[in-house]
Amino acid sequence: MFKIVKRQEMAQGTVVLNEIEAPLIAAKAKPGQFVILKANETGERIPLTMADTDPEKGTITIIFMIVGKSTALFATLKEGDAYMDVIGPLGTPTHIEKLGKVVCVGGGTGVAVLHPITRALKGAGNHVFCVIGARNKDLLILEEQMRAASHDLRVCTDDGSYGHHGFVTDVLKSILTENNDIKLVVAIGPVPMMKACSNLTKGFGVKTMVSLNPIMVDGTGMCGGCRVSVGGETRFACVDGPEFDGHQVDFDELALRLRAYTADEKESHACFLNKAKQG
Amino acid sequence: MADTEKKEKTPRQPMPEQPPKVRAKNFDEVPLGLSPEAAVAEASRCIQCKSPSCVEGCPVRVDIPGFIRLIKDNDFTGAISKIWERNGLPAVCGRVCPQEAQCEGKCILGKKGDPVAIGNLERFAADFERANRKAPVPAKAPATGKKVAVVGSGPSGLTVAGDLLLKGHDVTIFEAFHRPGGVLVYGIPEFRLPKEIVFSEVDGLETLGGKVETNVVVGRSVTVDELFEQGYDAVFLGVGAGLPMFLNVPGENLAGVFSANEYLTRTNLMKAYRFPEYDTPVIRGKNVVTVGGGNVAMDAARTALRLGAENSYIVYRRSKTELPARAAEVHHAEEEGVQFKLLTNPTRFFGDDNGRVIGMEALQMELGEPDASGRRRPVEIKGSEFRIDCDVVIIAIGAGANPLLTQSTEGLELNRRGYIVADEKTGKTTRKGVWAGGDIVTGSATVILAMGAGRVAADSIHDYLTLGW
Repeated sequence: MFKIVKRQEMAQGTVVLNEIEAPLIAAKAKPGQFVILKANETGERIPLTMADTDPEKGTITIIFMIVGKSTALFATLKEGDAYMDVIGPLGTPTHIEKLGKVVCVGGGTGVAVLHPITRALKGAGNHVFCVIGARNKDLLILEEQMRAASHDLRVCTDDGSYGHHGFVTDVLKSILTENNDIKLVVAIGPVPMMKACSNLTKGFGVKTMVSLNPIMVDGTGMCGGCRVSVGGETRFACVDGPEFDGHQVDFDELALRLRAYTADEKESHACFLNKAKQG
Repeated sequence: MADTEKKEKTPRQPMPEQPPKVRAKNFDEVPLGLSPEAAVAEASRCIQCKSPSCVEGCPVRVDIPGFIRLIKDNDFTGAISKIWERNGLPAVCGRVCPQEAQCEGKCILGKKGDPVAIGNLERFAADFERANRKAPVPAKAPATGKKVAVVGSGPSGLTVAGDLLLKGHDVTIFEAFHRPGGVLVYGIPEFRLPKEIVFSEVDGLETLGGKVETNVVVGRSVTVDELFEQGYDAVFLGVGAGLPMFLNVPGENLAGVFSANEYLTRTNLMKAYRFPEYDTPVIRGKNVVTVGGGNVAMDAARTALRLGAENSYIVYRRSKTELPARAAEVHHAEEEGVQFKLLTNPTRFFGDDNGRVIGMEALQMELGEPDASGRRRPVEIKGSEFRIDCDVVIIAIGAGANPLLTQSTEGLELNRRGYIVADEKTGKTTRKGVWAGGDIVTGSATVILAMGAGRVAADSIHDYLTLGW
C-alpha cells in the first residue's frame, strides 16, 4: 500500500495533488519519468508523470485533473488513505544538458509534468524561459513554483482573465522571434497544444520535445497499447518515451487513439457518479 | 500381453466439459474435471511400463506411472505427493501442457488407440488436493542463509522459487505487475486456467517462506547490480519474452488493433470482461480477427466470443497442419464456433474517420517448399486480395525479447535477437551469479518448458550456493 501523506486541491477542485509514500520510486526517479497507479482491487492502471520527488522523505508527487472514473476515484482518496499499487519509475528520463537558452511551455496539468524538467534545465545552467497557460485564471496551477524554476515566466489564459489573453503558442512565437538563439523547446500539455507548439517551432527550426500520455496498461513495453508513430515508425511511449521529438510525432493518430474508449469511459464515470449519489 | 489387452478394454475416460454453446458465453473453466470414479478408471488403463516413455516426454520428469498407480489405488493424496517430487505446479500443468507432444505423445497405448489421459489425471490429483488439503507440505531443508532473487513470477520463476525454498534458501520473487503469476495470470484466460489456482500455487510458496514483491520492475525500480548490493547471492531472470510483435502493415495503429498481450491482459489480469464492475475496458467487437495460429491466438479468439463477438476468425498464413497451437485448443475453438481462415495473410487494415479499424485486406497463400523451420513456406497468390469486415483485430504472432531488463544489466550476453544466452544444462548466463530461463532465453515457448528451465537453473543455483560457480 502506498500512503497519501499530503493532498491538496488546485484549480478550484478540478485538479488534485497527491504526495505519496513510495521510497524506492523516490530514490530512483528522474525528471520526465512516470508511475502507474491503481487505487484499489477493481481499479484501472493509470500512468501519470511525476510532478516532484523527495528522495529524503521517500515521497513522490502526482498532480492530476479529474476527467473520468479513475481520476474521480483517485480524488476521493484522503490524506492517510493509500493507493493499492504504484509502479515505477517508468519511461526514459528527460535528457538534461546545458544548451543555452531554452523555453518550457506547459498547458493545463502538463505544467505539473513540466515543473521538474524546468527545474533541472535551470539547474544544468540553461537560461530558461517559461510559458504556462490555462483556460482561465482559476485553472492555472503551479505559477509560483514555475516562476522559481525558471528565469522568465510568462502566463496566458484563453479568456484573458490573467496574463496574456490567448494561447501559449502566441507567447512562444514572440519569444522565438525575439531570441534567435533558442536551443530547445519543451512543450507539455493537451495534444492540440503540443501539436500547435511543434508546428510553430518547426518553422523556426528549433528542436522541440513533447511528453506523451497515451493509453497504457503495463508500462514496461509488454502490451504495445501506447504505440505512437514517430517519424513514420511505431514506438512505445512507455519505454521509448514518454518524451519524443515533437516534429516527428503523429499527433492526429495519438488523438484518435486516446479516444478509443470514450464511450466506455463515459459509462464507467456515470456508474461511479450514480453510486456516489446513492451514498 | 493378455494383461495389456484386458486393460485396453477400458476406454479413455472423456473429460466432462461445459457445452460449447454455453461456455462460449462465459468465462468459467471449460473442462469440469474427472470424477474420482472416472479418474480411477482412467488410471487403471496405464500398463505401468517398466521403462516408461511418458516420463522421457516430460520436461520435468514426473514419475507418471508412479502417481497414476496411486490414483488407481484410490490414494489421491499419495498421488499429489508423488507429483510434487518433481512438479510444483501440477494444477497448472495438467491444464496447459501440450501433453499430446510430450507424455501422452509417448504413451505406448497411443500406438494402437488412445493414450492414457495423463494431463487429466495430473489435474485431478492437484484439484483433489486443493479441495481437501490432506497432503503433508514437502519438507524443507535447514536454512542455508543464502539469498536468491527471482525476477519474474511466471512458470520458470515459480519453479525456481519452489525448488530453492525446499533446499533451504531465502527466496524473494520480484514481479512487475500488481499480481504474481506472469503469463499464467495476464495471458492464459480464466476459462482455461482459473486465476484462483495460480494464486493458490503462489500462496503455497509463501507458506514455504517465499517472499513476493509485486510492483517491482527490475531494470527500472531496481537493477540486477543493486540486487547484489542488497545482499542477494544469486539472481534468476525469468522475465518472459514480453515484447509484442506486430505485422508492420499499414493501419496497424488504428484503434481496435491490439497485441494479444494487451487484449488478454485487459481481459484476464484487469478483468475487463466484468467492466464496469472492474474499471478497465476492452473493445468488444462484433467481428473479431485474430492473426496467428498458436495457443495465444486460440485464447484470444475464444475470449472474443465470450466478450460477445458474432464472428471470431483465426487468420493464419499456413494450413491447419502447421497450426502451432495444442490440438485441444484448436478443437475447443472450433467447437465454440471460431472460424478458421487458413492460408490467409493480412496486408493492411482500414479505418473510419474516427481512426477505428473497420476492415482488413488479406491475400490468399499456398504452401511452397519447406523453410528453415521445416514447415512448408507460405507463398502469396498474386491478385488474391480480399477484404474481411472487422471491428477488432488481435495480433497474436508471437513475442520478441523485451530489452528493459537486459539493457540495464552489464555482463549479460544476448543473442542476435536480444534473448539472454544461457547454458542449456545449467541455465547459467555469462555473468557470474546470474541465471536465466524460460521465454527470455528460448523465445516464446510453453509453460512446461519454462518450468523445465527453472528446474535446471534451481539445481545449478543450489550447487553454486553450496559449492561455488
